[in-house]
Amino acid sequence: MSAGMQPPDGFQLEVKGLDVAYGDCQVLWQAELDVRKGEIVALLGPNGAGKSTLMNTISGLNKPVAGSVTFEGKRIDGLPAHQTVGEGIAHVLERRRLFPFLTVADNVLLGAHNPRARASREETRQRVEALFPLLKARSTQLANSLSGGEQQMVAIARGLMARPKLLMVDEPFLGLSPRMVDEIGTLIKRVRDEEGISVVFIEQNVELALGLADRGFILESGRTILHGPSSELLGSAEVKRIFLGDFAY
Amino acid sequence: MEVIPQLVVSTILLGGLYALIAVGLTLIFGVMRVVNFAHGEFLMLAMYAAFWAFTLLHMDPYLTLFVSLPLFFAVGWVSYRVVMRPVIHASHNAQVFTTVGLSILLQNAALVLFTADAQFLRTDYYTVVLRLGGAVFNLAQTVAFVIAVLATVSLFAFLRWSYTGKIMRATAQDPQVASLMGIDTGRIYALTWAVGITCVGAAGVLLAPIYPVYPTAGLQFVLIAYIAVVLGGLGNMAGALIAAVIIAAVEVIGSYTIGTAWKEVLYLMLFIFVLVVRPAGLFGQRGAEALGT
Ligand SMILES: Nc1ncnc2c1ncn2[C@@H]1O[C@H](COP(=O)(O)OP(=O)(O)OP(=O)(O)O)[C@@H](O)[C@H]1O
Ligand SMILES: [Mg+2]
Repeated sequence: MSAGMQPPDGFQLEVKGLDVAYGDCQVLWQAELDVRKGEIVALLGPNGAGKSTLMNTISGLNKPVAGSVTFEGKRIDGLPAHQTVGEGIAHVLERRRLFPFLTVADNVLLGAHNPRARASREETRQRVEALFPLLKARSTQLANSLSGGEQQMVAIARGLMARPKLLMVDEPFLGLSPRMVDEIGTLIKRVRDEEGISVVFIEQNVELALGLADRGFILESGRTILHGPSSELLGSAEVKRIFLGDFAY
Repeated sequence: MEVIPQLVVSTILLGGLYALIAVGLTLIFGVMRVVNFAHGEFLMLAMYAAFWAFTLLHMDPYLTLFVSLPLFFAVGWVSYRVVMRPVIHASHNAQVFTTVGLSILLQNAALVLFTADAQFLRTDYYTVVLRLGGAVFNLAQTVAFVIAVLATVSLFAFLRWSYTGKIMRATAQDPQVASLMGIDTGRIYALTWAVGITCVGAAGVLLAPIYPVYPTAGLQFVLIAYIAVVLGGLGNMAGALIAAVIIAAVEVIGSYTIGTAWKEVLYLMLFIFVLVVRPAGLFGQRGAEALGT
């Protein structure tokens, strides 16, 4: 695959040989993922493949049993989550997970809690508000009173408030109408194009994911079985086997 | 002295104190999901602190407050680091054993150090009463009420509007996401515990000039606080306040109409009745017991 031919220092994020277990139950075996600066990368795979587990391990919510996570040349595996964000990785969890009883404005405010982001909080807020006009309109509303799509936008905005160099979003399109899917997809592109932030996102729909991403990584039963440029993966018979195998019946 | 105004005044004065005890307990539960079974013992320690400061140093209890607030904050912080931190991610059972163990330890330490005898802190102004309309106010009770209300209102304002208060609420609502924001949730738990202990520490100093002090003195008050916390809806701070006043009303009216000996029976009956009718408490929402409102 093309990614393997890059020199190692060409990657902003590099995950190698990652083993992760919940208690005695191992769910990742030698998982791999890499992201170049300014890239949009899709993480694909059937339910239970371990996509969220991989992302959670990068952000420090899970501890790996073996393997390494390197971000901008620095080993970050084993760092607790509240320090990983200071290294420049923002993570938006599956199902948005806004603070339900805080206002939209307070949710966004707390996104900039890490020391690196706090100093320039006001400036970041203005930039993020330019991307998400909804933040201003809904600022005093409690987060749990927003629609699913609106919550997803606020969750991404809150992630951007951390001034990340890499944004990770777990299933941003889950349960959204086609129009909202378009809108969020466009926003993810703008985040990369206008802010220069790399993006990794999880999505189960192959065409949607690879239509948006530059490259894709496919996990199956806890292993990275395939990765490459989106165009290559879209034509691959292997991808058809995995995903039709899951969805054809 | 007219009966109705007097009952109302007594209810409010008592309710304010109960509220301050309950608020610390519900704050700790709301943020950390830990029931502090040693809450009453911190109250007892604060009563002794006021008693000894008065007896040995002739310090007025309300003056002692200025020393005891930072002191109990420190006591809270240290007791978190030493006792609670090791079990903060452990099972609820482990946490229950830990706080019950702490409670027994503190009670027995007080027994050894201070004996089981009830001690009385009697200020010169102990018997002073104020009159307003048909009601009589005991001065110590009135001062205690005013300070308790001030403390409770400050805590509410702190949680609602301060940045640190927002972080505490965020941690209560979703600790995992809070950590992804860069919040060190361990520090927030230590702070929460310390603030909760500071509240009950203040309550103890305020109670000392009114009630006798002995090693198990905390139990009678903290039982009421537990009931207030559950009645109000677990972790619901405003609910706990209202419930504290309701319990005070039941106690005051019950003592007047039926007899003082019946007061516990009455509020425990109310407690059981509410649990049967509304298991989530008067103001609780199922699943929303996080410190949200
Ligand atoms: N906290 C946990 N404790 C134990 N097992 C877990 C835990 N979280 C996930 N797992 C297990 O790990 C495996 C991978 O889960 P993960 O959530 O990473 O998959 P996923 O690819 O994100 O799936 P989905 O597409 O359904 O979100 C699953 O078998 C799941 O049951
Ligand atoms: Mg998942």
